[in-house]
Parts: sequence; structure tokens; C-alpha cells
Amino acid sequence: MLRLPEFEYAAPATVGEATRLMHERGGKAMLLAGGTDLIPSLKRRQYLPELVVSLHKVEAMRGVREADGRLVIGALTSLDAVAAHPAIRASWPALAKAAASIGTPQLRNQGTLGGNLLLDTRCTVYNQLEEWRDAGGSCMKSTGVKCHIVLGSKRCWAISSSDTAPVLAALGAELRLVRHGDERTVPVVAMYRDDGIDYLTLQPGEVLTEVLLPPVGKWDRSAFLKLRRRGTFDFPLLNVGAAVKFGADRIVERISVVLGAVGSAPQALDAQKFLGGKQIDDAVAVAALQAHAAKRATPLPNTDSSHVWRKRMVQVYTARALKELVA
Amino acid sequence: MAPKTGFAVIGGTETRVDGLEKVTGRTRFADDLSFPNMLYGRFLRSPHAHARIRKIDVSRAAAMPGVHCVLTGRDFPIPFGPLPISEDEYVLAFDKVTYVGEPVVAIAAIDEATADAACRAVVVDYEELDAYMTLEEALEQRGEPIHTEHRFGNIHKAVSLEFGDVAQGFAEAEYFREDVFFYQGNTHMPIEEHSCTGVPEGIDRVTLYSSTQNPHYGHRLIAKALQLPGSRVRVVATPAGGGFGGKCDTFSHEFAACRMALRTGRPVKFTLNREEVFYTHRGRHPVLMWSKIGFRRNGRITGMHFRSFLDGGAYGSLGVATTYYTGALQPCSYRIPYYKFEGTRLTTNKPVCGPKRGHGAPQPRAMIEVQMDKAAVDLGIDPAQLRLVNAIEPYSKTINHFRVTSCGLKECIEKVVEVSGFNDKWGRLPHGKGIGFAISAYLSGAGTTQYPSNGPHSEVVVKVGRFGEVQCLTGSTDIGQGSMTVHASIVAEVLGLHASDVMVINGDTATTPIDLGSYSSRVTFMSGNAALEAARRMRDQIAAVVAATFGIPADCTEFREHKVFNAVNPGQSMAWEDACALAESKLGALSSTGNYTPPDLDGPYKGGAVGPSPAYSYTALAVQVDVDPETGMIDVEKVWCAHDIGFPINQTLVIGQVEGGIYMGLSEALFEEMDYRKSRLEAPSMLDYKTITVNEMPEIETHLICTHDPEGPFGAKEVGQGPLLPAIPALLNAVYDAVGVRIDEVPCTPDKVLFAMERKADGRGGRIGPTAFPEHATTARAVRAPRPAEWENGNEGRMN
Repeated sequence: MLRLPEFEYAAPATVGEATRLMHERGGKAMLLAGGTDLIPSLKRRQYLPELVVSLHKVEAMRGVREADGRLVIGALTSLDAVAAHPAIRASWPALAKAAASIGTPQLRNQGTLGGNLLLDTRCTVYNQLEEWRDAGGSCMKSTGVKCHIVLGSKRCWAISSSDTAPVLAALGAELRLVRHGDERTVPVVAMYRDDGIDYLTLQPGEVLTEVLLPPVGKWDRSAFLKLRRRGTFDFPLLNVGAAVKFGADRIVERISVVLGAVGSAPQALDAQKFLGGKQIDDAVAVAALQAHAAKRATPLPNTDSSHVWRKRMVQVYTARALKELVA
Repeated sequence: MAPKTGFAVIGGTETRVDGLEKVTGRTRFADDLSFPNMLYGRFLRSPHAHARIRKIDVSRAAAMPGVHCVLTGRDFPIPFGPLPISEDEYVLAFDKVTYVGEPVVAIAAIDEATADAACRAVVVDYEELDAYMTLEEALEQRGEPIHTEHRFGNIHKAVSLEFGDVAQGFAEAEYFREDVFFYQGNTHMPIEEHSCTGVPEGIDRVTLYSSTQNPHYGHRLIAKALQLPGSRVRVVATPAGGGFGGKCDTFSHEFAACRMALRTGRPVKFTLNREEVFYTHRGRHPVLMWSKIGFRRNGRITGMHFRSFLDGGAYGSLGVATTYYTGALQPCSYRIPYYKFEGTRLTTNKPVCGPKRGHGAPQPRAMIEVQMDKAAVDLGIDPAQLRLVNAIEPYSKTINHFRVTSCGLKECIEKVVEVSGFNDKWGRLPHGKGIGFAISAYLSGAGTTQYPSNGPHSEVVVKVGRFGEVQCLTGSTDIGQGSMTVHASIVAEVLGLHASDVMVINGDTATTPIDLGSYSSRVTFMSGNAALEAARRMRDQIAAVVAATFGIPADCTEFREHKVFNAVNPGQSMAWEDACALAESKLGALSSTGNYTPPDLDGPYKGGAVGPSPAYSYTALAVQVDVDPETGMIDVEKVWCAHDIGFPINQTLVIGQVEGGIYMGLSEALFEEMDYRKSRLEAPSMLDYKTITVNEMPEIETHLICTHDPEGPFGAKEVGQGPLLPAIPALLNAVYDAVGVRIDEVPCTPDKVLFAMERKADGRGGRIGPTAFPEHATTARAVRAPRPAEWENGNEGRMN
């Protein structure tokens, strides 16, 4: 890494001021939340913004509150605070577990839930200092036109590496997005696009301010699993967010399973189609869901560990997530 | 906690003398240094693996405001290398670039940003050539070789040694094992990136402050490559934030900082960033190996034929030595009556491989320890017993003429078997759980200098001042292993002081005497012996003066508890400070010297200088694992290690080295690899290059075996490298015990374990590893060395 590039810096105290700055500077401004991903990325020269708008003074975006029977988490809430929050741990343990699995203790103190949700997609070709990134030809996510992972590909295959996105998508959480003079709420799953470059549906100048969890009781159980080689530090090689609502006789009334880190967006499986109305350990249905999951996952040689093995792990972890829902 | 018999300082758990300043952040590392008017140096590096340089245009860069010095290959016409037989490297690429990351242009400017911008303003016209990225491509050599001056193209070094007639040994065998094994390359990853500052002194001198393991060799090479008299160059080693062999070579940034400082008259600092450290490398060679061992039914080895191909990267570095080391130590652990070794190091268009902790020994050690495990299974002998049957004995000559003195290999094996419960566990744990065993041998310092010299390998000066202050001057460097504490402890023990009373001044070619450096596990043994001699001479000087006052013979004094005692009448003593002042008043400046030169141990054959050491350490180790059969992921549950240390000068430091070595070994065994996408590194970052963390580290139970080496200081031997070696094959053997598959490759990643289990279930053998070994005739002249006389008459190497 190099030292930081030069940029202008602003630290507004309100959402309104932040959105105004983002509106005025068009695509040349970037938001800084915890900075645990933005700062090293700047040091690798992955972006060269004219203006960095720090949100750290926007107190309104920090903390967890309750509204209309739902938990609402400010986008600036630290991952550590999410992981430790009693109400989140009680109602949505999978989210607490996902937040607790990210980075290291220091990174979780600094990193935010909003930052993790909007985390840039990752690829071992792209996540390098420009000097090395461009040695032998730049890639399309950088300044080039080619993909070095899938030769001849028209699209970028960088990996969605958020740990909280698959859980929140599985739970059916929503995101509050505020723009200069405008505001909207979208389901988490609609935030992502399966494209390594254009990976978010965020509109120019939009600021993610809040995460709205579903009403308590929407799901009976939630689960989160993460595959990585080390017990800390690493981005996921695969993660699974899952939630279930049981009907009478432990029949699956509603189920949602979302895979992360095996595509440029979280992959929501058709779990309801395979398991709805069945027992969750129905061997035929589980096997069908596993096969479906493997089909939906596209691990590629652009992160740690062999992609063939990671594809196999999709099946193992899908089955393990279902087990976790009844554990 | 056993040792420390009759000693006041050594043999215990004394706090390291530099510990407090390190943990409180007060230690000034190389990049913490700053000098008035300092400039910052940066390199423009090659984006190509193999290309001819047609033209370099630096005019725009040189004209930029704030740029003070721009140098290219022409400014450094003298090639260099740590070994005189392999001086093939230039400070800046001369006419060709041979790996991505090779320095091409050096620029010094008022700050890093300006230097970086100036690097981007340089225009280099390259003509790309086909790159050799693998052993096979290098051997096949379809186009222009990487170094046209090498006699055999991409073959950098080939060795062929035979001790006795190996065919005869095989004729006596009743069972054979023939295996192929691949050990992937990996890197040191010290926490501290390389950093140095060249500071002009007076009119024509330069001082280099550098994070280096070997200031003396740096001194020699800088003077040579910059065509300066040695008297104009001073190298000061700063406290290093980890070395592991990665700071042994003298690097482009060190030469460039000196040249630029002299050219501009201003200090010039280079600090590499993490990516540059990865490309600077000099790490573990990838090695493809083939080995055939003959056994009798009772497990005794009758002969071994070992072959290796080393993937050396773009330049020689210490690779000639590495090549020999892949064959040197097999007979030093097992009694091998006939032995043949062929090793070939190839040049490839990748960052340069060199010495990493274990230097050329971990790869063959991993292979043969796995091979011994397989043989044990086939022969129906338990793996620890098979090693006991073949273990080298104290005071013997190896078949390749190494002199073994103290040797606790058998005690190490027995200790680990006992404490790990190996006999109750091996083959008896539930599916998924397993235990593996391995042993190793390692050098306590190389017996030969890297350049021809008859001088001592270590020299130490002890000075004592009027107020009783003691200084120990040594050229050795403390790279975290604790050598300053070892020196202070040895001197303090002799003079009856505390280790903290001795100020150790180290690693400065101007103020400290010569020491070859911190590599090859040599410092405690060699510089420790020099310190011991210097301290004893100092004691004798003071003793003579004090004894005269007491009216007793000089050898009737005792130095302890900060006093000089009258041994005849223990009621009489003199305070240390008074004794020093008295001695100085009689003798003048108080100083003494100590030297260490290893005995001439070279074998009577070409290549016989690589491997001999004044003493060898021995290690036995067991690893217990839990393998997830659904994922292939390995959880290391516990490690038991017994290490023959000779005698621990400081138990805490010794155990720290054992644990550090095992940490590094497990990390290599499980995770680490220098992985390339075409010519670029896949993961040149601390996040993406996986090393194990505290989460993956098991509990380690260490037992120290004290064999009291007759030549080591207080009987001490090495610990810096040995314990790393057996951790790797012990883990592989544990995986076999757990799930019944052989991973004949390092690293042993979960995908390999899982797919090997699937192959086994399908009846395709449960093995992952290389299947072929290049049948490429060696270019080396075959050397047939006689068997040592100690091997005649069935004596199996025992020395009388």
C-alpha cells in the first residue's frame, strides 16, 4: 500500500448536509463510515475521489431503536455494537453472529453495519496496489477492459463479500436510503446486482441511513454460517444466512436461505419451493436444495482456496445451515 | 524448568534485556529513523516477468521539482550476490528484467509522493520475452534462457554426490519405498517491512542504517558493488522486526540508498511497502523431490537415493547453498550406510528464492519423514520405533562426513512418545482424529563463511568502565530471537552480575568487531563462545589485580553477587565497582576480546563445505489433529515437542524459539504458498497471503533435552530453526492417521484432504501429490566420495 492520496474532506453533522454534498459533487465524492475498507482501498489507489464525506459526526445514524415492533439499526452503528446488542442477540442471533464474524475485534469496533452492507466487491486481481494490479494488463473493474478471472468475459466477477447482507436478505430486512430531497425504502435483496462493478442499485448521491429489521415473530429461527480458513480476519469464502417459520407439526411454513460470497451479489435460493410444507430435514428436499444451491453458486479462482472445493462446500454449508435452524 | 544447575544467570528464565523497550513501543526500528534533509527513495519496478529493456527515458522524471537523484542500471555496473560463485544480480535491472517487481529505476526526492510521481513519469521501452514460470518450463527452455551467461541456460546449479555405492546399499534391502513429493514455495512475512537509510558522513563516507540480519556481509557487498574501499562504508543493523532469513541478502534498496546518499550529500531512506516485500522475497524454494529408500525387514535403512529440483526464481541469492541443503541433512538424522544425492536449481521468472528458516532442509525433511511414516505402516513397525532403529548416535560420522558430537535424538523420540501417549493413540483414535510423528536435525551454525576467509566467524569485545559499567560489543544482530540477552547473560554469568548490568552494543561494522550475522542458527553457538572467551579474559584481568590485593592466587577469586570474593576466605570480598576501578587504575583501559572459529569440518569432496557444523540440534515432535471429513478442514489440537538444545542459556527464549518455529511450520504445512496468476503474485498482502493466527495455534508442550555439547557455550546448541522442520511432516502424518489419506504436498489444504478422501472412497488410492518426476539427466559432474573410515567394519559411523 501507499500513503493516502490527496482529497478534500468534509465532516457534516446531519444527513441533510451529507446528502447535499453528495448531490453537489456527483460521482466524485465518496462516503466514509468506519473506513476499514475505504481507507486501505484508497491506499491501494482503487478510487481517487475528489471529496471524502465522513459521516462520523452524524449521530442520528448511530444506534439501535425500536419502532412499530421492529428494530431499526442506524447504518453507522459499529459491527461490535450490532454483535453485542441484547435485543438483536435475542431476536436475530444470526445477525449478531454475522457481525461478530467480520474482520478482527479492532475492525469491528471501527467498521459499521452500513459499510459492511455496501462493501465493495472483492477479487484478488483487483484488490492490489495499482502498480501490481496493472502489471500484465489492468482489469475491467480497474482501468482496463478485460477480466483476468474469466477470460473473454463481458462482465466482472468480483465477489460480494458482506457477511451481514445474506442474513439481512434472508430475514427480509429493508434499507432506508436518503437522497437530496428524496427518500425511499428497499428490501435488502433489491440492493444488489450480480455485477462485480455495478454491484449496488444505490442511486447517485444516496446515503444508506437505516436498516429496518422485520417485525419480531416473522421468523422462528435464524442461522448464519461462514466458511473461511482462519478463525478471524478473513472475508468469507462462502456464507449462508437462513431463516424459518414453522407451522403446525414443525412443518416449514416459510423458509429463506441466502448464499454470500459465491457471486457478485448475495444469492437468494428458492428454498421455499423445495422445503415449504415439508419437514426441514426431509432428505429428498434437502438434497434438492443442495443441488440447487450448487447451481446458483459461481465460485471462481478470485479469492482464497480452490473454487472447486468452495463449490462443494456450498452443498455442505447449505445442509449445515438447515440443521442450525433446528439446533 | 529443569536446567540451571549451579548458575546464577544462565539456564533460567531471565527477562530479555530489550523486552521492556519493545513492548512499550520505545524501540526505534529502521523506519523510525529520521535525519535532517532526508530524501525518500522509491523504485520503478518491472511490470514484466521477462523482457529486454530497449530504452529508459528518465528525462521527465529528472526534471520534476523535488527530484534529486535518478539512477538506472548503468549506475551500478558491478554484479553482486551473497555467494562469490553466483554473482548474477544487479542493483537495478541492467539490460533485461527477469521478474515482475524487479527494480529498474531508483529515484530520490523530497518526499515519497514526489518520488512515486517521478517513477510514473519514467518511460521504459520493453521487448517482452517468453517467461519461464514453472520448473518444467525452465527445464524445457524453449527460448532465450533467463541468464545467457549461465553455462547451462536455466540450470543455475546442479549437484551430484554419492557416498559409497548406493546400488550396494539397495542390494541389501528387503523392502523399498520410492516416492515423489512437492513442497510449495512460501515467504517469510516479517511484521517489519525492509527499511534503510543511507547517511553521508564527512566527505566520502556513508553509513547505512538498515533492517538487516547480516551487516558484515552487507558491508562487504556494498563496498564491492559500489567500488568503494571498505573503510568508506559503515553498516548499522537496526533492531529488526523479524527476519526469518528474509533480511540475509543485501538488497537493491541498501545499495541504492548508499549510492544516492553519496551522490546527493543527503540522507536517503527507502522503506518497502508490503507488496514490495513480497516481490523482494528470497523465501522458501518450491522443491519437487524424488526419494528411494531401501530397508531391511527390521526397519534398518540400507541406502537412500534422493533427488530434488528447486525452483529458484530469477537470481542466485544463496541458492547454491540451498541446493546442497536439500540433500545434506538426511544422513545427519538417520544412519544411512549408502547415500546418493542429486539436486538441481533452476532459474525461473519469479521473485528470487533464498534462505528461509530451515534453509533448504524443511522440504526434504517433510518428504522423508512422510516416507518413513509410509514405510513404518508397510513394515508393520510403529513410526517412532522405526526412527529409533535408524537414529544417528552421539559421536559419530555421517556417511557424508559430518561430525556429530552431542546428540539427543533418541531421548527426544522417547520423550515425545511418552508425553504424547503416541503408542496408545497412533492408529487407535476415532476416525477424523489422528496423531503424527516426525524428527529432524539442524545445524548450530554453518562451518563455512559465505566468502573465502580464514578469519574468526565471531569476535566479541568486552569493555569495563571506571564505574563498573560493562559493555559487550558484538557484530551479531538481534532479530527478535534474543541474542542480545544471550550475550548479556553469558557475560553476566562469568562476571557475577545481572544480565541487565551488561549493555550489549551490536551489529555495527564500525564500532563492533566482526560477526558473520544472524543466520544459520549460529549466534548463540559462535558469538556466544566468543562472548564467553572475552568475558573470561576480562574476569582474569580483574581477578589478577584483586587477588594481589587479597594476597591470594588469581584463581582463588570468585565472581558472584556483584562482588569479587576471596575463595580462600569467603568473608573477604570487594564490590564489583571497586574491583573495576582498582583494575583500571593498575592496567589502564579495561577491554578484552574473544573469538570463535569453528574447527575445519569440511568433508573431503566438492560440496563438502555445505552442511558441516560444529554441533547439531535434534528434535522430535508429535501433532494431534481433528479433520472434518465433510470439509477436509484440519484443526490442530496439540503439539508435543522435545528439542535437544544442549543446554538452554535462557529457557524462556529457547521455548519461545521452539514455539515460533512450530508456528511457522504449521503455517507452512496448512496455508502458505507463493501463488502466481501468470507472472503476478495472487496475494501480496497480509490479508490474502494466509498465515495461521492465534485461533489456529494449538497448545504446545515443549521438553528440553540437555546433552551438554562439548563445544557449545555452557553446552548450548541451536533452537532457531530445528523445531520448525518436523512440525510439517508430523502434521501430514497426523492427517493420514486421522482419515487415511496421504497428502504428498505442502501446503496440505482442505480441498486436497477432501478430494483424497473421495479418491480413497472410489478405490483410486487416497493420495494427492505429484505423480511424475522430470527424467532430466543432471548436468553436474558426478562426485563419488569415499565412505568415512568410521563406516568400515560394520561400525556404522561411531567415532572412537
